[in-house]
Amino acid sequence: MDFTLKIWRQENAKAKGRFETYNITGISADCSFLEMLDILNQQLIDKIEKPICFDHDCREGICGACSLYINGHPHGPDTGVTTCQLHMRKFKDGDTIIIEPWRAKPFPVIKDLVVDRSAFDQIIEAGGFVSVNTGGVPDANAIPVPRVDAETAMDAAACIGCGACVATCKNASAMLFVAAKVSQFALLPQGKIEAKERAINMVAKMDELGFGNCTNTGACEAECPKNISISHIARLNREYLTANIS
Amino acid sequence: MTQLNARIPEGPLAEKWNNYKASQKLVNPANKRKLDIIVVGTGLAGASAAASLGELGFNVKAFCYQDSPRRAHSIAAQGGINAAKNYPNDGDSVYRLYYDTIKGGDYRAREANVYRLAEVSGSIIDQCVAQGVPFAREYGGLLDNRSFGGAQVSRTFYARGQTGQQLLLGAYSAMMRQVKLGRVKLYPRTEMLDVVLIDGKARGIITRNLVTGKIERHFGHAVVIATGGYGRAFFLSTNAMGSNSSAVWQIYKKGAYFANPAFVQIHPTCIPVHGDYQSKLTLMSESLRNDGRIWVPKKKEDVEALRSGRIKPGDIAEDDRDYYLERRYPAFGNLVPRDVASRAAKERCDAGYGVGSGLAVYLDFKEAIGRLGKHVIEERYGNLFQMYEKIVDDNPYETPMMIYPAIHYCMGGIWVDYELMTNIPGLFSIGECNFSDHGANRLGASALMQGLADGYFVLPYTIQNYLAGEILTPRIPVTQPEFEESENSVRERLNKLMQIGGKQSADQLHRKFGLHLWETVGMARNRKELEKAVKDFSALREEFWADLRVTGMVDEFNPELEKASRVADFIEIGELMARDALQREESCGGHFREEYQTEEGEAKRDDNDFMFVGAWEYAGQGKEPILHKESLIYENIKVQSRNYKI
Repeated sequence: MDFTLKIWRQENAKAKGRFETYNITGISADCSFLEMLDILNQQLIDKIEKPICFDHDCREGICGACSLYINGHPHGPDTGVTTCQLHMRKFKDGDTIIIEPWRAKPFPVIKDLVVDRSAFDQIIEAGGFVSVNTGGVPDANAIPVPRVDAETAMDAAACIGCGACVATCKNASAMLFVAAKVSQFALLPQGKIEAKERAINMVAKMDELGFGNCTNTGACEAECPKNISISHIARLNREYLTANIS
Repeated sequence: MTQLNARIPEGPLAEKWNNYKASQKLVNPANKRKLDIIVVGTGLAGASAAASLGELGFNVKAFCYQDSPRRAHSIAAQGGINAAKNYPNDGDSVYRLYYDTIKGGDYRAREANVYRLAEVSGSIIDQCVAQGVPFAREYGGLLDNRSFGGAQVSRTFYARGQTGQQLLLGAYSAMMRQVKLGRVKLYPRTEMLDVVLIDGKARGIITRNLVTGKIERHFGHAVVIATGGYGRAFFLSTNAMGSNSSAVWQIYKKGAYFANPAFVQIHPTCIPVHGDYQSKLTLMSESLRNDGRIWVPKKKEDVEALRSGRIKPGDIAEDDRDYYLERRYPAFGNLVPRDVASRAAKERCDAGYGVGSGLAVYLDFKEAIGRLGKHVIEERYGNLFQMYEKIVDDNPYETPMMIYPAIHYCMGGIWVDYELMTNIPGLFSIGECNFSDHGANRLGASALMQGLADGYFVLPYTIQNYLAGEILTPRIPVTQPEFEESENSVRERLNKLMQIGGKQSADQLHRKFGLHLWETVGMARNRKELEKAVKDFSALREEFWADLRVTGMVDEFNPELEKASRVADFIEIGELMARDALQREESCGGHFREEYQTEEGEAKRDDNDFMFVGAWEYAGQGKEPILHKESLIYENIKVQSRNYKI
């Protein structure tokens, strides 16, 4: 397969970025999207040009490092996958593919397609935990948890912190990310104890870091590679509201 | 050669850990505040250690190369975590978990460490549940268990096929809480490039900020290495692209012993290689072997017809299928340990019965779907089936999966004593990057157990026994000459890598080396090939340093430079792996020497001559490393040949 790639190049956080066009030929349909970029990078290195920088690590859809905005969609046209799980068979021979970094004020570009997502770590630091120290905890089976609650908590906990929800949101809101963590803990007895402070602190941190508000467009749910439902945002809103009035 | 002393506490096996804790030295709260600990790596072991040490009141600096500590490769572990809780009432106990782990490791693990691991395993589950880890539960609200390879009880706790992710996020959350409290300081996108020794003790590290390229010095009263395994040396593996063993290799070069480097685990159920552009291999959890049956055709003509596409696997009659694991190992069947399953797959493929490209076997769920219904299989393995379909473009509910073994985990690693301290005082190694608990083969769901055992429940105790002697040591300024020298050598090496000006990229050299490593120090090894490999790797190292091309600059965000630096280390590790495989003239666990096998093709151990840990000491560039031995003594288990047949 042959492709025309229009890729965002930006030297560093302060430099002005631009699109560069690259042509690539003879790509196998079974090649992954990132492997296609590996091949392009090798060609650039062969010409003693700087390869394209992009974040990636596990290449099996779980670490959340890869973060490409492809043809107007975070993680590209396929659903329920990260960029590293996207394969070239999802494109047509001869396609032009536009590749951009996540674009959101709290995620500044570091270089080319690499952005700084440490804002997510700061949100977790604000309250995304249960305050227990190592040791001295009750037996794991001491507190039964209804299966449906555990399963719903797991649905939320599947978040990989990639930031696709922010990248796709017209407001650059981090509500789905925050909701996934707040919801996971709110559903479990272990997390309920600090539910109020958690909701308030994490939302406050999200606002402070410059993420936008949620206007319920549902784009985050549609683009989330882990199919995390916006019903968790509803739960976050409930938790937040209850925390503020009680 | 010297005999190594692991400093195992006195007393009966079941009392050693309690005795140790009762008599070890502790550090009082006022002194803890004065002590700094460096933790390199934020996977299960590193994050859980950083969190626990922070909670105790130490000042912790945690480093990782990823943009966030939550992305460490522990996150990719799928199947589960073992613990001797005996919730299912099926006969499990601390002793049985210890027994299975020692046997599974083919009697090459250290008895006292493994028993301690089994002892603390239950506390790990308690801890994770308290942190809000959403483990799978029964309808009554209690925790569910499943069975895994190498065990006859169900002791594996799991969170769908994302157990590693959930446990890591638990440890990461606990660590972020300490960040908020000011007890842990995080250094993401930072790579350790050297350890600093002062008067023989580990006192700090030199790092490179991967965003700016800035070289930095960090002091610590103790340094903990938790950077995982060296499986990525093979280029194609289930490890993450950035997984590396550079920290391990730096400490080896500074004098820490490297134990059993030849013991690497080849996981039987991975998606087969499909093209020469491939960058990594994807694991399909071992839990699939609970319900999937592994087979190849019995007849060569069926193999031909399958490969040419004339027939589909479903067209092959039941009688014409060779369920070779069930045939060879009736007692454990498809649930034999990983090394046994991998070798059996290789044996069938080498004999010409492989499907697909010839290097694949079937993992078939038809019988299980018929027995349990599609919805049950979907509930158990849905995300894995989806992952398979996305990669291979084939629906495993309808047609069997194709799988083949791939490099997955390293049992070998830095030699540590009972306290998880290396032979360098103040330098500790935890999780996959140490050698101690899995012998020559690791059982499924035991890596998560060991990583968290080390980080939550072992190191936070044992490190105090060392630090109690350091309470009078003030923070050493990083202007000391030892820091200076170390930084200079790091700079020199990076500049050298930049200036070679050759033609091949780090990836090209890595791929060439990795495939050669797989062919020679992979699933089957022999003297002739290994002797040649030692020479070849040495030549490849020269080729690397003569023909490498690194684009960009040293003082900027430069992934090519990161890769080059890691590949340089991988090639040297490969040479050590080959040497270790050569000296170990027996077959055990993941280490299979073709010269040492039974008539039936099973691994043939030599307990008289090789029941030891082989720990290598660096002797200088171009010099043969020195082998030290730690004898393995089993007082509480009968050493026998590993039998999964009856």
